[in-house]
Order: sequence, then structure tokens, then C-alpha cells
Amino acid sequence: MNFIYAFLFSGFVCLLGQIILDNTKLTPGHITSIFVVVGALLDVFNIYDKFVLYAGGGALVPITSFGHMLIHGAMLDANNYGIMGLCLGMFNLTSAGIMSAIVFSFFLALIFKPKD
Amino acid sequence: MEKNRYLDLVRKHTPKEDRLKNGTIAFLIGGLMGLLAEVLIEIYSYILDIPTKEASTFVIITLIFFGCLFTCLGFFDKWVHFARCGLIIPITGFAHSMQSAALEYKKEGLVTGIGANMFKLAGTVIIFGVVSAYTFGLLRLIIMGG
Repeated sequence: MNFIYAFLFSGFVCLLGQIILDNTKLTPGHITSIFVVVGALLDVFNIYDKFVLYAGGGALVPITSFGHMLIHGAMLDANNYGIMGLCLGMFNLTSAGIMSAIVFSFFLALIFKPKD
Repeated sequence: MEKNRYLDLVRKHTPKEDRLKNGTIAFLIGGLMGLLAEVLIEIYSYILDIPTKEASTFVIITLIFFGCLFTCLGFFDKWVHFARCGLIIPITGFAHSMQSAALEYKKEGLVTGIGANMFKLAGTVIIFGVVSAYTFGLLRLIIMGG
């Protein structure tokens, strides 16, 4: 059952993005930014946690989960250290994604030649 | 009058985008990405015997690696052009934008090329994510007390 929810949720988020892309003049950069902000907003009231609980990987793959993980890590440390914890824990959960993206794309860019 | 006629002519000859088809493709490809992630989480947590939380981090790293690799091999651009938001919204779009910026500016050197331009497209995601997460986090801390 988890697999169906994962398929439906991830597909629905992508469909939403495609509808915005087709019907407005926004670029993909605008849309990913909007989705990250929406992901962070949904986590304010712990709504996104429920999506992750039911859809699992389907909720973690769309870019909305990036905003969710940013605020989630920040709030975990904010509960312990107060307002300074926001800065301390912001990248705690997303570091794996950002780190691997930087390292992989740097070394692969050294190896491969651009194709036009 | 002339201007309206010109606009009509332009509208007639612009290639029409089939929105229903685009939406269906984006839904299917995006859904398959989510399904793939869920399957990989199950496989990782079963084989490596780790909790789901760590397995999901591993899955994100795997997807980013393959997004970068396929972009370097040249055929991921075609996939993204075909599936549009089906591959842009998942984390592979983030990897793809970083990798294509790194490849494109490689000829300008390591520091001024790759180093300066790698976050050219992906930077918006990080900046808006951090700014909004900080704002919402601060509001939540003040109003709801954590």
C-alpha cells in the first residue's frame, strides 16, 4: 500500500508543477523555488510529516522535502538551544543531499566533456 | 486592427503544446520516481539492515549520483525535455541543474568556471529554502514555542 501512496503523492506533486509550468510564464527555477517554500510552510504545522509517514519515499523525492528537511533540522536544534539552534541545525538533515551533489558533480565534471 | 490580425496569425502558427499529454507524462514519470525511491528504501533497509531514516538518506544520495552521471553521459537532457516537471521536481532535477552548470562552465577553468558557476541554477533552491525555513522556524518558535 505504501508503494501506491508513494506513486500517487510524487506523481501529484509533479503534475502540479507541470500545470503551473504550462499555464504561466514561470521558469522551472521559479517552480522549484515555490515548491521548496511550500514544503517549508507545510512543515510549520507538521503536515508534511504525515505525508512522509504515509508516502515514504514518494514524499522524500520531490523538492518540497528539501524545505521540509531544512526547517525540520532547524526546529530539532531550536528546541534544545533556543533561537541560536535555528542556525545550528538548519543543514543537519539536508547535508547529505547538498554534499553529495557538490562532490559528485565536481568530480564528474572533471572527468566528462560537455556534450552539446 | 492590423495589430490584432498579426497577433491572430502568430497565435495560429505557434506550435500548440498538448497540456493534457504533458501533465500525464509528468504524473507518470514523477510517480515512478517516487515508487523507485520507496522500493530502494525497502531494499536498502533490508540488505544493509538499517532503519528507514538512514535508508532514505542513502536513496537520496543514490538518486543524485545517477542524476549527475546520466547528465554527464548526455542522455538525461533528452529525458528532462521529455518528462519536464516529472524529472525537474524530484531531487534529480537539482542534481541535473548543478551538473549541467558545472559541465557548461568547465572550459572557463576550475575556480572561475566550475567553482563560481556550479550553483548558478541550483542556488535559488537553497537560498529560498533557507530563507523561508528560517522565517517560518522563527515564527513557529515565537508563536507556538517550538
